[in-house]
Amino acid sequence: MRRHLLSAADLGRDDALLVLDTAEQLARVADRPIKKLPTLRGRTVVNLFFEDSTRTRTSFEVAAKRLSADVINFSAKGSSVSKGESLKDTALTLEAMGADAVVIRHWASGAPHRLATWISGSVVNAGDGTHEHPTQALLDAFTMRRRLGRLEGLRVAIVGDVLHSRVARSNVLLLDTLGAAVTLVAPPTLFPVGVDDWPAEVSYDLDGVLPKSDVVMMLRVQRERMSAAFFPSAREYSRRYGLDAARMALLPEDAIVMHPGPMNRGMEIAAEVADSVRSTIVEQVANGVSVRMAVLYLLLGGALSGAALSGAVVEAEPGAPE
Amino acid sequence: MSDWLIRGAALPGGEPADLRLDGGVIAEVGSRLDGTGARVLAADGLVALPGLVDLHTHLREPGREDAETIASGTRAAALGGFTAVHAMANTDPVADVAGVVEQVWRLGQEAGYCDVHPVGAVTVGLAGQKLAELGAMADSAARVRIFSDDGHCVEDAVLMRRALEYVKAFGGLIAQHAQEPRLTEGAQMNEGVVSARLGLAGWPAVAEESVIARDCLLAAHVGSRLHVCHVSTAGSVEILRWAKGKGWRVTAEVTPHHLLLTDELAATYDPVYKVNPPLRTAEDVEALRDALADGTIDAVATDHAPHALEDKETEWSAAAFGMLGLETALSVVAEAMVATGRLDWAGVADRMSVRPAQIAGIAGQGQRLQAGAPANLVLVDPAARTVVDPSALASRSRNTPYAGRELPVRVQATFLRGRPTVLDGKLA
Repeated sequence: MRRHLLSAADLGRDDALLVLDTAEQLARVADRPIKKLPTLRGRTVVNLFFEDSTRTRTSFEVAAKRLSADVINFSAKGSSVSKGESLKDTALTLEAMGADAVVIRHWASGAPHRLATWISGSVVNAGDGTHEHPTQALLDAFTMRRRLGRLEGLRVAIVGDVLHSRVARSNVLLLDTLGAAVTLVAPPTLFPVGVDDWPAEVSYDLDGVLPKSDVVMMLRVQRERMSAAFFPSAREYSRRYGLDAARMALLPEDAIVMHPGPMNRGMEIAAEVADSVRSTIVEQVANGVSVRMAVLYLLLGGALSGAALSGAVVEAEPGAPE
Repeated sequence: MSDWLIRGAALPGGEPADLRLDGGVIAEVGSRLDGTGARVLAADGLVALPGLVDLHTHLREPGREDAETIASGTRAAALGGFTAVHAMANTDPVADVAGVVEQVWRLGQEAGYCDVHPVGAVTVGLAGQKLAELGAMADSAARVRIFSDDGHCVEDAVLMRRALEYVKAFGGLIAQHAQEPRLTEGAQMNEGVVSARLGLAGWPAVAEESVIARDCLLAAHVGSRLHVCHVSTAGSVEILRWAKGKGWRVTAEVTPHHLLLTDELAATYDPVYKVNPPLRTAEDVEALRDALADGTIDAVATDHAPHALEDKETEWSAAAFGMLGLETALSVVAEAMVATGRLDWAGVADRMSVRPAQIAGIAGQGQRLQAGAPANLVLVDPAARTVVDPSALASRSRNTPYAGRELPVRVQATFLRGRPTVLDGKLA
């Protein structure tokens, strides 16, 4: 892997599979009474969050702590950032504190790329503006592979606000790398101009896509979008692009339903769908920790190539020498 | 007694000749002129062009003297081969009254490196609500003839129509920054394949083209002149070609950066590439080069836009729009137009000096290098190549998109009314 994880496009097929395989091994730690490995002892991971996201920040925090890293949560609120300090000054401060990795969530697309030019440690993009969210795509792929046993040839429908979705961008890139076939579904207003260039099919017809999907991933749609005329009303959106029980019945028998959260129940997804056996929404949260452990481990643990990942991860016990 | 004798410079489209400068004018052009009493400048291998004229410059004074001053900006202009620049109105305070344009004009005179012609705002405070006192600015010591709300589009069709009509009384010209505001709310870069990938809000070509089309129709309707600032798309070129074909009095400019750079550079998320209008696609660049070559686009204008470091060392979407242009303009045009065979040096002289001076209606600039003409000229080494070093620029700002890039040609000397402002590539 490279020094940073800024985009799902940074991951080649081998790298992506290495992360998923490593996550699979690390997931077993969660089943132990003591859920901790000494791998990153003495290393410092900073969670730098310019946007509120309790679930993502907590997921990274748990991941880093399970690897015994020191974790510093640096949120825009209650820090010098809220007093107008620039991203560059924040970066230089973190650099001076000796951060080995900075996990950044930011409202501006590309902020992690800028950060990476100012600090020597690793940068992990935990969601930047309307650009990407690569660890979300990794945990989604991990979840699909666990549930369905494969990624190659899998038919994945991603439904909703593609235009503003960092989850969609990262998933399209990663799933293409891993051999899945992606179909994006949304009203035409919620696709970016230029989407034709993406390695994905584009459809406006959810009912036509669902019977040919092994996975349907519902994206959060913000109600504010309707004030900018992306769609006429929440009700109309829900009627045409929401996943309710009747629509779910169109899916093949083994198909799964995913959502990156937080959900708008009743908007893009009905409560009975979110809580159904097809839903992987809670698993996604658990898998997020494993995948983020794998990312931090591979970026910081020194195992930067496939060959270098030994069985040490599985064998390592709390307190054992690294 | 003569002031300067320039020996053996190639004139655009002509043979090498000597030029004798005396009393601020070109006294004589010929071969083996007598240099007695004159300072002699050996110009073998150099090309002599009329001093360059920039229709579109941001000098930031008054208001943002940390980014640029009229003194530093005109030094940059002289080093770039310019003898006249037009200072845009979006200063603080805005150049929308006679007092401000006279101050800018006077500071330009004092700096002495090139002529500074203030551009007046079309509307009070660039707010697009109410016409500024255009006549007062025209009658002021600054003798303003070009009016622009640059940075903002005069969106209101009635206001635009009235402005186009009103300035006819004193031979004025409205220069429009064509940008439909609703289509570009929050826009960060060209809307297309790259913006889709980068997740940056798109600035669609149609937002420029629709305004240009409307303004051409308005100008034709009221029989006025229209100048279009920084044309950036292939579609805009088509509209201009159509309007010119009708015989309408429409002129247009293109920036050097839109002739060379594309929106792929945004993939770095480095705001040094963030500019308004945004960098477009390779197809747009090709169309702009063709349009400049065939005269559909009349002139090159730099849109030199200095910004303090802290306004560029940020997240892309938080950064200011704009890039430096004065010191690299001729080199970029040489790269985009001369090296590709689209323009010869006579063509460069036309698009960077003769035509802009005509559009601006400024006497004494943009004239052929012949006896009796004002001695405003630039000597260019066409064989030189230079690596752009931001720290070596005369501008107060460092936001050049060409840092580390090797570009052709070098300005060896610039003369303003017979007095050297640049000699040996350095400020005289």
